[in-house]
Amino acid sequence: MIQINNLSFGYSRKSLLFRNLNLRLQEGHIYGLLGKNGAGKSTLLKNMAGLVFPLEGSCQVNGFDASKRYPAMLQDLYFIPEEIYMPALTARQFVANTAPFYPFFDEDVFYSYLSEFDVPQHAVFNKLSFGQQKKAIIAFGLATNASVLIMDEPTNGLDIPSKVQFRRIIASALTENRCIIISTHQVRDLDSLIDTLVVVHDREIVLNESLDAISERLTFTTIPESESSNALYTEDALRGKQAILPNLLGNYSKVDMELLFNAITSGNTSVTEILQRPQYEKSL
Amino acid sequence: MEFKENEPIYLQIAAHVCDQILLGKWAAEDKIPSVRDLAVSFQVNPNTVMRTYEQLQNQEVIYNKRGIGFFVTPDAVRKVKAQRKERFLQQDLPEFFHNLFLLEIDLEEIQQRYEAFKTENYESEIEQKP
Repeated sequence: MIQINNLSFGYSRKSLLFRNLNLRLQEGHIYGLLGKNGAGKSTLLKNMAGLVFPLEGSCQVNGFDASKRYPAMLQDLYFIPEEIYMPALTARQFVANTAPFYPFFDEDVFYSYLSEFDVPQHAVFNKLSFGQQKKAIIAFGLATNASVLIMDEPTNGLDIPSKVQFRRIIASALTENRCIIISTHQVRDLDSLIDTLVVVHDREIVLNESLDAISERLTFTTIPESESSNALYTEDALRGKQAILPNLLGNYSKVDMELLFNAITSGNTSVTEILQRPQYEKSL
Repeated sequence: MEFKENEPIYLQIAAHVCDQILLGKWAAEDKIPSVRDLAVSFQVNPNTVMRTYEQLQNQEVIYNKRGIGFFVTPDAVRKVKAQRKERFLQQDLPEFFHNLFLLEIDLEEIQQRYEAFKTENYESEIEQKP
């Protein structure tokens, strides 16, 4: 679906944001893209959407070079940036202007998403609150039925009920031939939706692994303050320490995405080493 | 539904489906909610529910009519009960015995308490049982 090969990118050649980056994203999955501020999450997404071009290497979407911006690629991809600028149009006018670029667009589905999100159909988009605007554009993006859906911080600005509606709508939108990529800092918002975690750190993709595979190899738990155990990473918590340990017994624990992210971006390599180790060595 | 942290979500959803079957809300040969519908109501990734349904299919609790959906097997209640009994005997009972042993509780006392518990809680159901 999305294939990035040896991509290097920087807004100037002197300071590269990515160097020789490789990434492959497949249909039928919801990817959670995590990275610190300034790590280049949004820039990576813009490379996929053909909004910026790689300095070296390539980014292919459905077999098309994203930087070529062929209509055949763009009609099957929808990108929702973090900051949106909505025109002074109603939903119906917006459809008339924009939907013709998306041959698989479903108008009825668009209106049903809008009403599910409590966005008034007859309002002028740029008069709505930020959260309402965001929901309107999410509804439109999903209704294009594009096979690649890229969302940069979609839950920013959404109120509590809207987040629940967002999760329901995304759950219903994932199909076998769709690939949904969501960058987020609010991992708890999307906890049970994301199936694969992608972490960008230090100009590279340091993790691209399904949550199932992660919980097979790592245990997330709380250990007593005094315990000197085989923890790979710990953080002080209210009682004891939150810890990541190798999963030696094959017991299940829910992946704590925040803890894992902190472990990886703190420069701790033991966690990523275990995750990258080939499966057959797991029991060693 | 709030999910527990110590058990995979797909297994928790499987337990929910089995509960519906044991409670008789979903009877034999009933069509059960689609993967998508269940994913939406639990706000989870549809792949998670797919994994639940694959497991329940392997356990012959549900079956797939291609292109139509998933249905409860005629034998589902018996299958679910057998599995739960197995799990109870394997996991819960040893712990229970452990406590009986530690606390020196007599099996006769347990027997009495169990009878009292049954009449207190399940009186109507006991009368209905053949």
